[in-house]
Amino acid sequence: MEQNQMQERPRSGWLTYQAAEAIVAVAIFLVGVVMIVDSFRIGMGWAPEGPQAGYFPFRTGAIICISSVVVFLRAFFGKNRNHKLFVSWGSFKQVLCVLIPAFLYVLVTQFIGIYVASALFIGGFMRTMAKFSWLKIILVSIGITAVLFYMFEVQFMVPLPKGPLESLFGY
Amino acid sequence: MENVLNLFHGFSVILSWYNLGMMAVGLILGVLVGVLPGLGGPNGVAILLPLTFTMSPTSAIVMLSCIYWGSLFAGAITSILFNIPGESHSVATTFDGYPMAQQGRAGEALTASFTGSFFGALFSVLMITFLAPLVANFALHFGPPEFFAVYFLTFASFIGTGKDPFKTVIALMLGFGLAQIGMDNVSGTLRLTFGWSELLRGVDFLVVVIGLFGVAEILVSMEEGLKFEGVRAKMNVTVVWQTWKKLPKYWLTLLSGAIIGAWMGFKPGGATAASFMSYGLAKRFSKNGDKFGTGELEGVLAPETAAHGSGCAALLPMMALGIPGSATAAVLLGGLMIWGLQPGPLLFVEQKDFVWGLIASMYLSNVVGLVIVLSTVPLFAAILRIPFSIIAPVIVVVCAVGAYTVNNAMFNIWVMLLFGVVGYVFKKLDYPLAPLILALVLGDATEVSFRQAILGSQGALSIFFSNWLVSAMMIAGLLLAFWPAISLSWGKFRQVLAK
Repeated sequence: MEQNQMQERPRSGWLTYQAAEAIVAVAIFLVGVVMIVDSFRIGMGWAPEGPQAGYFPFRTGAIICISSVVVFLRAFFGKNRNHKLFVSWGSFKQVLCVLIPAFLYVLVTQFIGIYVASALFIGGFMRTMAKFSWLKIILVSIGITAVLFYMFEVQFMVPLPKGPLESLFGY
Repeated sequence: MENVLNLFHGFSVILSWYNLGMMAVGLILGVLVGVLPGLGGPNGVAILLPLTFTMSPTSAIVMLSCIYWGSLFAGAITSILFNIPGESHSVATTFDGYPMAQQGRAGEALTASFTGSFFGALFSVLMITFLAPLVANFALHFGPPEFFAVYFLTFASFIGTGKDPFKTVIALMLGFGLAQIGMDNVSGTLRLTFGWSELLRGVDFLVVVIGLFGVAEILVSMEEGLKFEGVRAKMNVTVVWQTWKKLPKYWLTLLSGAIIGAWMGFKPGGATAASFMSYGLAKRFSKNGDKFGTGELEGVLAPETAAHGSGCAALLPMMALGIPGSATAAVLLGGLMIWGLQPGPLLFVEQKDFVWGLIASMYLSNVVGLVIVLSTVPLFAAILRIPFSIIAPVIVVVCAVGAYTVNNAMFNIWVMLLFGVVGYVFKKLDYPLAPLILALVLGDATEVSFRQAILGSQGALSIFFSNWLVSAMMIAGLLLAFWPAISLSWGKFRQVLAK
C-alpha cells in the first residue's frame, strides 16, 4: 500500500492534493487571524449597550482558525491522505491561458474602457486558442461588443466603463 | 379557500403583456445560461439582477425566477445529449439519459425529463400555494431568538448533511466573514475594511456569486479540456406524443420523485440529494431496476422530477421565512432586498401582489417553459456546438459586465476575478460553495437577530432556550451541527459493545 502510494507520487514534485490542501488551510487560517485581530481593535466583548461590533466577527474568525487547523492536520495525518496530482502542468497551462488574459483584460479595461477591451480579449482568445480566420475573429468580437453596447448604453441606459474611443463618438 | 382567491388575484397581477414578455425572456435566457458552461442558475440570475433595479419588483421576480426555471429545465439537455451535467443536480440524469441518446432515443429522454420536471414543479408549486401562507402566518409570531434559531438550523443542516463537516463550517464562516466587511448594521463601526475606501460598502454577494460560479466554472472547464461531442436529438410532435403515452405507467415514480423533491427542497442544498435519492428509490422499486444505467426511461424521469421539484420548493422557505433553500433562491432573496422588500413572513401580509404574483407566475411559467424547451431543444443543442474558444471569453466578458453593473465599480471586477480563483481551488478541494453564498446573504440578518436576542436577555444565552419552539429548533440545530461527530462516536460505541 505504502509503496503503491509512492509510485503514484509525481516525480517532478509538482503540487499534490495533500500540499494544495495544506496551503489552502494555511491561507484560510490567516483569514481567520485577520478577522480576530480586527475584532480586538473594535472590541469583541460586551458593552453596556450590548455585544460590541467585533463580537460576531471574533467568534467567526476563531471557528475559521480551529476548522482550518483540523483540515491542515488531516491533510498530513488523516486516514485518506491524497498524494495524487492536484493538477498536471499541462492542464494548469490551460487554466493560465484563461486566467492571465482575463487579468490583463480587467487591467486594460481601466484605461480603454470595457468595450474595446472586450473586443480585444475575445479576438485574442480566438486567435491564440483556435486559430480562427481574421474575418471570423473581427466579425465575432466586434459583433458581440456591439450587442453589449446596444444593450447597456442604448437599451437599458446602464453606463459601463468607457475609454477614448467611445468619447470620440460622443459617449 | 382564501389561498385560491389570492392565487386568482396573483394571476390578475401577472397577466399583462409586459409580464408575459418578461416570463418568456426569462425562460429563454434561463435555458441559455443552463446550457452554457460557466453560467448557471445562481450566476445567471446574479448577472441579470442589476438590469432589474428599475423594474417593478413583481416583473423583476417573474423574470428572474423564470431564469431559474429555465436553467432547471436545461440541466437535462447537456446531461442527455452531451453526457455533461450542467449542474450537480443533473448528474443522476446522465446515468440513463446519455445511454438513451446513444441508442437514438434522445427525443424520448428529453421529453420524459422535461415532463417529469414539469410534474415535479407543479407538485411543489401546489404545496407552496397551500403551505407557504401557513408557515408565514406561524412565523409572524417569531421574535429575534426564534429567527436566529431558524437561521442556525439552516446553517446546521448544511453541516449535518454535507460531505465534509469541517470544510462546510469553513465555507459558512467565510461567508459570514464576507458579510461582515463594511459598516456594522447596528453600531456603524467599520469592520474589516483596513482603511480601504472600496471596502466601505462591503463585498456584494452578487459579485462573489459571479466569481465563484461563473469564472471558476470556466477555469475548471478549461482544465478538463472541455470538448462537446453530443448526440443529435430528433424532436417532433410524434416523439413527444409517443413518450407522453408511456408516462402514465410510471405514475408512482413521478409521484415519489415529486414528493422527495418537495420535501428536500425545504432544506438547503436539497436538489442534488433529491435527484440521487429519487433515482435510487426508482431503481430499487422498479420492475426493470436491474436495467437502470442502460437507458431506462424511468431513470431519467425520477431524478429530473425530484430535482426540479426541489428547486421549486426552495422558494417556499425563501418567501415564508426569508431563508433560501438553494443557491439560486439565495440570489433571488438578495434581489428582494435590493428592490426594497423586507424578506420574511411579513411579505405575505404587506406584499400580497408580489407574493401571489410570484406564485401564480410559477404555475404559468412552468407550463410555458415546458412548451419552450420541447420546441427549442435543437436550437440550444446547436449553441453547445459553438467552439469553447469563443464561448469561454464571451462568458468572462459577460461576467465582468455583470459584476461591474452591480454598483458601477471597477473594483467589483477585480473581486470577481479573485473569487474566480478561489472558486476554482475550492471546487477542486471539495469545499462546498452553496453554504458560503447562503451565509453571505443571510449573514447580516443572522447577526442582527442574534444581537437583538442577546441584548434582550442581557447577554444570557438562555434566551435561545426560553420557550419550547426556540428550544426545539436550537436542539435540532445542535444535533445536526454535531451530527457527524455523534454518528462517529455512536459507531465507535457500538463497536465497543460488540466486543
